[in-house]
Amino acid sequence: MKPSARKPNWNVLGLLPAHLIMVLTLIIPIGIIIVVSFSTRGPYGGFEYVFTTAPYKQLLFNEGWTGELEFNPQYLIVVARTLVLSAVTTSICLLLSFPVAYFIALRRPTIKVLLIYLVTLPFWVSMIVRVYSWIIILGKDGVIEKTLRGVGLVDNMGSLLFGNTAMLVGLVYSYIPLMILPIFASIEKLDPALIEASHDLYGNRLITLRRVILPLTRPGMIAGAILVFVPSLGAVLEPTLLGGGKTMMMGNLIQLQFGGARNWPLGAAIAIVLMAAVMIFLVFQGLRSMRIEGLERAS
Amino acid sequence: MNDEAGLRAPRKAVEIKGVSKVFGTYQALKPVSFDIYDNEFFTLLGPSGCGKTTLLRMIAGFEQPTTGQIFLHGSNIQGLPPHKRRVNTVFQSYALFPHMSVEQNIGFGLENLGWSKDRRDARVADMLRLVHMEAFAGRKPQQLSGGQRQRVALARALAPEPEVLLLDEPLSALDLKLRQAMRDELRILQRKTGITFVFVTHDQEEALDLSDRICVLGDGEIQQLGTPAAIYEEPSNRFVADFIGETNFLDAEVIAVNGEQATVTTQLGMTLTASHKKAVAGQKAFMSIRPEKISLPAQANPIAVDGTIMGTNYLGGYTYYLVETGGTTLRISKRNSVSRGQMFEIGQSVKVGFAAESVRILGA
Repeated sequence: MKPSARKPNWNVLGLLPAHLIMVLTLIIPIGIIIVVSFSTRGPYGGFEYVFTTAPYKQLLFNEGWTGELEFNPQYLIVVARTLVLSAVTTSICLLLSFPVAYFIALRRPTIKVLLIYLVTLPFWVSMIVRVYSWIIILGKDGVIEKTLRGVGLVDNMGSLLFGNTAMLVGLVYSYIPLMILPIFASIEKLDPALIEASHDLYGNRLITLRRVILPLTRPGMIAGAILVFVPSLGAVLEPTLLGGGKTMMMGNLIQLQFGGARNWPLGAAIAIVLMAAVMIFLVFQGLRSMRIEGLERAS
Repeated sequence: MNDEAGLRAPRKAVEIKGVSKVFGTYQALKPVSFDIYDNEFFTLLGPSGCGKTTLLRMIAGFEQPTTGQIFLHGSNIQGLPPHKRRVNTVFQSYALFPHMSVEQNIGFGLENLGWSKDRRDARVADMLRLVHMEAFAGRKPQQLSGGQRQRVALARALAPEPEVLLLDEPLSALDLKLRQAMRDELRILQRKTGITFVFVTHDQEEALDLSDRICVLGDGEIQQLGTPAAIYEEPSNRFVADFIGETNFLDAEVIAVNGEQATVTTQLGMTLTASHKKAVAGQKAFMSIRPEKISLPAQANPIAVDGTIMGTNYLGGYTYYLVETGGTTLRISKRNSVSRGQMFEIGQSVKVGFAAESVRILGA
């Protein structure tokens, strides 16, 4: 039935509270950040409403004292590091999560509930405490170094802490449950008869994994990848605690601009760039899954 | 198959030798032994929980027997994983791969067997033609109706030319009309392909309709194995008589047993001699008589009793009457061969009759 043009659509009105919350908590704050990113830095922090594109230029260039622009890759390196670390984190989480999720999905119901509870257990502990614990594990005279020295494997190794590796460890550790859960859900939904059918039709384990299990659990993997990649892009704690002061990611770079560096417009500009990166990733993923669905419908 | 081969003893396709299955502490199947012959439509029939599906799954390789061995065309397939057994299964839920087209589904087994693309395509086309699904080659399973999915599942399982085709209640998900049509098609498919079918069902009518031989399973053991007619006409115990078709059970006392024949006095008050199974002189037994074998009203029947109509169920082609006779109620079916004019009314006094040959005596 066609909705009548004359009758007011009351459904829209019913959704008003939700729209209101969205506008108040999402649209307006983003608007403010956009405004700040085009404003001039205040002399003692904060900002003044004077339009400028300087914060965005600052991302790529240094302004010399004569006013000429000099290319400065400093921030670009942070952006690149953030993208690479997030991508690697997502890949490692994917590789580790699939077998874990598969193992859990095949247990008895009681064991399954227990294992899922254990996977989510870290979320009950403060994120700061959890990330901080890695300092103790990875640091100088930490658990790993002492153990390796104790068994005589290494004499004097550099600190594992403060650098890309430490950040990667922290990121994978922090976000892996977000990968395990959706993959677990998609494996659990898989009809066991399909796996039997594959074996029945002369498919060995590898063929069954490649041709049946992986394609049918792909939605879970895509969901997990989004859930891990997006927060990795914006991670603050891991780079702050495990990266040391110098190896930064976008998250703590933004924090630094609003805090110690007192450069709100630059911080806002980086935040906008980060958000744009996330949105491009999500749109890309959305298009991809739409294309897959479209192909499936067309064929 | 040529005549010469037909004269020889039928070749054994599957041999079940002392196979049993225990799940934890539950004995799903007590040790059973029987053979399934080549080119046979063989049915495992029984109520749910009788072990029929477990048996099928052990032939397929999804379950391992607790004891015993299974031979496929003479070779022991004990311990062989499902993908190394030349048997294919039609699953109850069809288990079609939702991410593959009809063609890809049918070609999946052939691909895994290493068939070349040309050979595969030709075979898939043949299979599509066999199940009348040529027009749906590119469709996804979720775009098909239940009956169409059923055909694809059959084509997929038949494509690799298995030595034996296993069918796990394949018709149970279909509606009545379609089920009837698919039965005929299954029979035709089996004749056309010449592949041995092992069919699992709990529907006795389906089993009688389709099978060359039926193995009736109950309580994890074989109750009777034989042709549909033998199982219906000469049930070997009360379970089989009760499970296959409908019957009237009457108490009886065995007077004498003489070879194949037993003489009993029945609840209806008369003494008769009929074929028996496991009747022992001096002991209690059951007399079984099928509803359609009782005449209403009694014709020139050797055995006749008086009764009163207690109920009528008009079922189109048949009418069922409940007739009370001397302390028991008989269920009688009568073909509505003329019109409704001949119907009996509730409360009417009648005489019903039957022949002793129609009676089966079953030891308690």
